[in-house]
Amino acid sequence: MTFVIAQGPVIPEFEHASDCIRQNKQFCAGWFVDNFDRVFVPRLVEHVELTAIAVGIGFTIAFTAALIAYSGGWFETPFAILAAFLYTIPSLAFFQLLVPITGLTVTSAEIALVSYTLLILFRNTLTGLREVPEDARTAALAMGLTKGQILRRVELPLALPAIMAGIRIATVTTISLATVAAFIGVGGLGQPIFNAIQSGFKTQFVAAGLLAVALALVADALLVLLQRWLAPWTRARRA
Amino acid sequence: MNSSDSAHPTGPSALPDGGREPGSQSTGNGSGSARGAHAAAELTFQEVTKVYPGRKTPAVSNLALDVPAGEICVLIGPSGSGKTTAMQMVNRLITMTSGDVTIDGRSIMSLDETELRRGIGYVFQQIGLFPHMTAEDNIGTVPRLLGWSKERIRARAKELLELVGLDPDDDLRRYPGEFSGGQRQRIGVARAMAADQPLMLMDEPFGAVDPIARDRLQDDFLRLHKEVPKTVVFVTHDIDEAIKMGHRIAILRDGELVQYDTPDHILAAPANEFVADFVGADRGLKRLRVWRLGDLELEPAADGEPTGLTAPDDTSLRDALSLMLVEGKERLTVLDGEGRAKGTLALEAITRLIGPDERAAKA
Repeated sequence: MTFVIAQGPVIPEFEHASDCIRQNKQFCAGWFVDNFDRVFVPRLVEHVELTAIAVGIGFTIAFTAALIAYSGGWFETPFAILAAFLYTIPSLAFFQLLVPITGLTVTSAEIALVSYTLLILFRNTLTGLREVPEDARTAALAMGLTKGQILRRVELPLALPAIMAGIRIATVTTISLATVAAFIGVGGLGQPIFNAIQSGFKTQFVAAGLLAVALALVADALLVLLQRWLAPWTRARRA
Repeated sequence: MNSSDSAHPTGPSALPDGGREPGSQSTGNGSGSARGAHAAAELTFQEVTKVYPGRKTPAVSNLALDVPAGEICVLIGPSGSGKTTAMQMVNRLITMTSGDVTIDGRSIMSLDETELRRGIGYVFQQIGLFPHMTAEDNIGTVPRLLGWSKERIRARAKELLELVGLDPDDDLRRYPGEFSGGQRQRIGVARAMAADQPLMLMDEPFGAVDPIARDRLQDDFLRLHKEVPKTVVFVTHDIDEAIKMGHRIAILRDGELVQYDTPDHILAAPANEFVADFVGADRGLKRLRVWRLGDLELEPAADGEPTGLTAPDDTSLRDALSLMLVEGKERLTVLDGEGRAKGTLALEAITRLIGPDERAAKA
């Protein structure tokens, strides 16, 4: 895409705007409220979609990989190295690298975003499984649970807090990184930020940034609630 | 566990101890048969040997012993004696190298591993309760594997919680993290009995709790065992616990069975110096704890109200002796459950009992 460096702030309906807008103050709440539905809601929805798809696919891959690694064998090291390598690629470069292959598409964005989630999700799932108390595993074995039953009924539930911790970090990181994905034109809250950088319209810049932060906080809070619901025993302690 | 000696022999620690003396050879089914429903299995080790890969000497060598249905068999020995290995071969947590173990005549090798384990209760020191499951779900683990209905599992969990001395309503929905160590061990015992398994393996089950709680757990387990007489293999390294818990004690050294007998016989006649050392120089006094006043042949009491020194018939001989020494009395009147005189016991009779000719006196 091409960048046009504007001469001054390009502000929609500038002539009808308030004083705050005319002076291009840091943040004009009135404009934000008036334009929230039109400017931000579609971007917010796109942002949530980008994040949900990335974390969803990333978790599916990392979880499967962790299960394979947990069952032993050679798989763990190469996958860990690959995930760590992907994690180190600078995000802007990663998006740019993918454009010649998959174009200016959501696919390109998701490939990069998914790649960034793998390391943390893989590590946390594997660590969670490995930190299941040996006593619980022995008890399960001695009671006649099969390997699959031990995994499903004992190991995975006990690894859940670690897995959820990984999902929380991956989600917050992805929400932040997804703003960069606007660089290849796939929308999201990065779009108003990029636009505002070009136009110099401060309110839009600040508002989009704050929305991304708010989205990350809300997502994290929801995941904490989800974990508490899924793992009620983590709160139950002897008084 | 020594607190049992100082405790007054009433309340939960006052365990009637009939059936533990060598003479009666009780299978432990006596009280259980009244309830009928509870099965206990006979367990037999047939020349069982375990050699760990890369080791020259076997961990267990040609172990042959028979545990009658409904009895508690204690495996004891110093560390490295093979007691835990022997026990874990029963549910195939450890695979034996040669020999066979049979449960009610059926070889454990003829069963599927998981099927075998679902039929054997397992309690170990670390308990291994599932932290993410409530007491109910922990207890219901094996019943669920066996396909019991939810209602049946709940009813069973309540029944067992009550049996092990916990609150069947309040404690049902609690997680292991909300219980004390002693309470967790009770839930562990309940879990091992959930499907009414005829055989229970206990690996130092009360080793991690403090002495007072341990003593109560032991007493409560013995009472529980009277109600529901399972065949139990109980591993410990504590000789006092072995004497207290075992109908029979198997003493192991370097993977070999040194002596297998009732606590009383082992204390009275250790097979060799190793056993004598192992049970301790105070084995004579330890024997006094095995016996209750009610087990003894008493001299007839005079008619009328009991006079002088008295003690209930479930008092251990050790406590009775202590009482006589402290009070400076040579004779003690034994009372039955209703407080009537049952007979009298002379100090000199106790001396005779644990003296060299005790066997004759006892028989």
